[in-house]
Amino acid sequence: MAQAVAHAPAHGTNTGIENRKLLMWLFLGSECLFFGSLIATYMVFKFDVIARGVGPFPHDVMINGVLHHGILDIPTTSASTFVLLMSSLTMVFAVYGAQHARPTLMKLSLLATIVLGLVFLGFQVYEFVTFVHEGLTLSTNLFGATFFLLTGFHGTHVGVGVLYLISMLAASMRRNGLGADAGAHVEIAGLYWHFVDIVWIVIFPLLYLMP
Amino acid sequence: MATAAGTLAHHAESGVWSWLTTVDHKRIGVLYGITAFSFFIWGGVQALLIRTQLAVPNGEVIPATLYNQLFTMHALTMIFLAVMPLGASFSNFLTPLMIGARDVAFPRLNALSFWVFAGGAVILTSSFFFEAPGAGWFNYVPLAGRTYSPGQGIDFYVIGLTVLGLSSLMAALNFAVTIMNMRAPGMTMMRLPVFIWMVLIISFLLILALPPLTVALIELLFDRNYGTNFFNPAEGGDPILWQHLFWIFGHPEVYVLILPAMGIVSEVLPVFSRKPLFGYSAIVFAGMAIAFLGWAVWSHHMFTTGMGAVPRTIFAANTMLIAVPTGVKIFNWLGTMYGGSLRFNTAMSFSVAFIALFTIGGISGVMHASPPVDTQQQDTYFIIAHLHYVLVGGAVTGIFSGIFYWFPKMTGRLLDERLGMTQFWLWFIGVNMTFFPMHYLGLVGMPRRIYTYDNDLGWGFWNMFETVGAFVIAASVLLFVINFFRTMQQEPTASDNPWDAPTLEWATSSPPPEHDFDVIPVVRARDPLWYNRDHNIQAEQPTGEHIHLPPPSYYPLLLAVGVSVLAVGPISHIAFTALGAVIAVYGIWGWALEPTE
Repeated sequence: MAQAVAHAPAHGTNTGIENRKLLMWLFLGSECLFFGSLIATYMVFKFDVIARGVGPFPHDVMINGVLHHGILDIPTTSASTFVLLMSSLTMVFAVYGAQHARPTLMKLSLLATIVLGLVFLGFQVYEFVTFVHEGLTLSTNLFGATFFLLTGFHGTHVGVGVLYLISMLAASMRRNGLGADAGAHVEIAGLYWHFVDIVWIVIFPLLYLMP
Repeated sequence: MATAAGTLAHHAESGVWSWLTTVDHKRIGVLYGITAFSFFIWGGVQALLIRTQLAVPNGEVIPATLYNQLFTMHALTMIFLAVMPLGASFSNFLTPLMIGARDVAFPRLNALSFWVFAGGAVILTSSFFFEAPGAGWFNYVPLAGRTYSPGQGIDFYVIGLTVLGLSSLMAALNFAVTIMNMRAPGMTMMRLPVFIWMVLIISFLLILALPPLTVALIELLFDRNYGTNFFNPAEGGDPILWQHLFWIFGHPEVYVLILPAMGIVSEVLPVFSRKPLFGYSAIVFAGMAIAFLGWAVWSHHMFTTGMGAVPRTIFAANTMLIAVPTGVKIFNWLGTMYGGSLRFNTAMSFSVAFIALFTIGGISGVMHASPPVDTQQQDTYFIIAHLHYVLVGGAVTGIFSGIFYWFPKMTGRLLDERLGMTQFWLWFIGVNMTFFPMHYLGLVGMPRRIYTYDNDLGWGFWNMFETVGAFVIAASVLLFVINFFRTMQQEPTASDNPWDAPTLEWATSSPPPEHDFDVIPVVRARDPLWYNRDHNIQAEQPTGEHIHLPPPSYYPLLLAVGVSVLAVGPISHIAFTALGAVIAVYGIWGWALEPTE
């Protein structure tokens, strides 16, 4: 009994939710406020940017009878959004594999998730480079500042997630893999990964689709 | 309760390395306490310099620039490096003991919180060697922007607060999980000690309030260094955005500072009134109500920004509404004392003084909840009076009560009562001498943050009076330090439960063994030890079973070094960020692979 109560990560908690999982849920609650503040900053300035008339603008706008083409490339970003959403699907397979003692499925799905995450990051690097070539930087206007900060921090989160999953994949290559707790480990990583995807599901319509 | 020998996986060790690698919540609590009290003294020295400069009209002790840095750093030191970590010291030492656990949910994360706090404190304080921030603790743009603060001071502020915020976030996550998940059998939520409830509430406040501050700090960092214009109106930005983001953090932060003291007082008063706490559930729900309403009042710091009549009305009404749960608490404390057999020792005296002083600060708070009144009082010494009554008369007075109350549990020694009561009266007189005249000075128009004033204004007498009061406070703190060192030289003779207190931390030895409890206690009532005493229930005998404790680890320290080095990149060279990232990633991997069984 003493052993169980003294330091039991997996069982015997008052809520029935494992400690590390509860920690991740609470942390993601904190992250909601983090992205919420960044999104709020974007929304505050969204219409001011057009009112000030200093481009490039996110979407097509008419200012004094002149049409300014929007800089956002919706088809390309739709493709990268699809890639990121598919990575959530492969993440689900990884969790399934870890929880049902199918290590090969887990490893392959983790690998697929990592690759899809890297492809998404590749799209983002391409997008950033293109925008800078087209004259949109942090200091051009507040669209540039809010866009790069918000999507940049989202990309950083994807990058951290990729590192997280690579670490998990590497650890699972050891002789006894992720150990008895493999299901919990991968599930918690999955919580983080899905959260980052959900944030993108908010960002994509808000930035790209809403004129 | 005797410590059962041979049941421990690891024996307590001493020496510097054991402190650097400790994951024991009690030792981390001690580390927090000693570090925070040192910063409390350092912040006090800054306050004395400020008061010395203001003692006479046209004072010439301190030049204007240094004065700006001193009042900024005084606030930052006291809030982030003294009062918050003093609260963390109590919550670290006491949370597992009071809920009947053997450690927090994540012992290594707990150590990491402390070391990251230490890193942030070093970054922030080291600014004095370069250029200290001088734009006030809430650091409004455009004053804090590149144009008006061209030096590095504000960047130190940004980096220091970001790192300290990370530390607080990790601690808050850890304590929320610990309190929700690690309670002893029978310790239901509505049997939790009120102090633990307050720790849980401030954990949630920090989890949700820190990110907006982090975002504000990042945006300011980018504005100052990487060419964005978030807060620059000339390029379409909005300086008011900083104020909103800052105060969405800043107002919950005020409750983060005061709620631990309210928890302490709620533990101390029943013990020295020999009565259970009056209206336990009312106090708990009032605490939740304060925390909840604390999210809907931030703009009362911004009544003079011209936000229009409707928002001002709503924020004013919400702010006044907070007086209701606060009043509920005050009447509950009075109700606890009413009809009790009161023992006025030092701990009790500080708690009673807390009620009085906090009420004064609370009432002046309701006064400037009214926008027209606030318009008159904004940026005057009236605000300084209010916030110091709440934070010094409230938070710090409550903390002293807690120190005297829990000192025997923490060290096995009782602080000297005669010195303690002398300290208490000096403190009570000093606080009122220093801060009460500020109400008057504010109402006659003395603005805050001026480094000197003219003789013709007639503010000289009360300023001198306040300065004398500040030195009385200093004498009081000095007496405490003397008391501390004298007491620590004595033999630890305190009994397990010298006050006949009802909560679980008093069920184990003083100081507690490394594993906290030989047998995890079973909780049968809200005041478990009183229930056991009245029903003749003896503590269970230890079975001699092996008790597993997490082994010490140097990864928290290593990771904290990595985070701190990473963070100073933007104010030094980007190579530091790369180096810090490498150390941090190495630390995380080592941490993840380190065996804890």
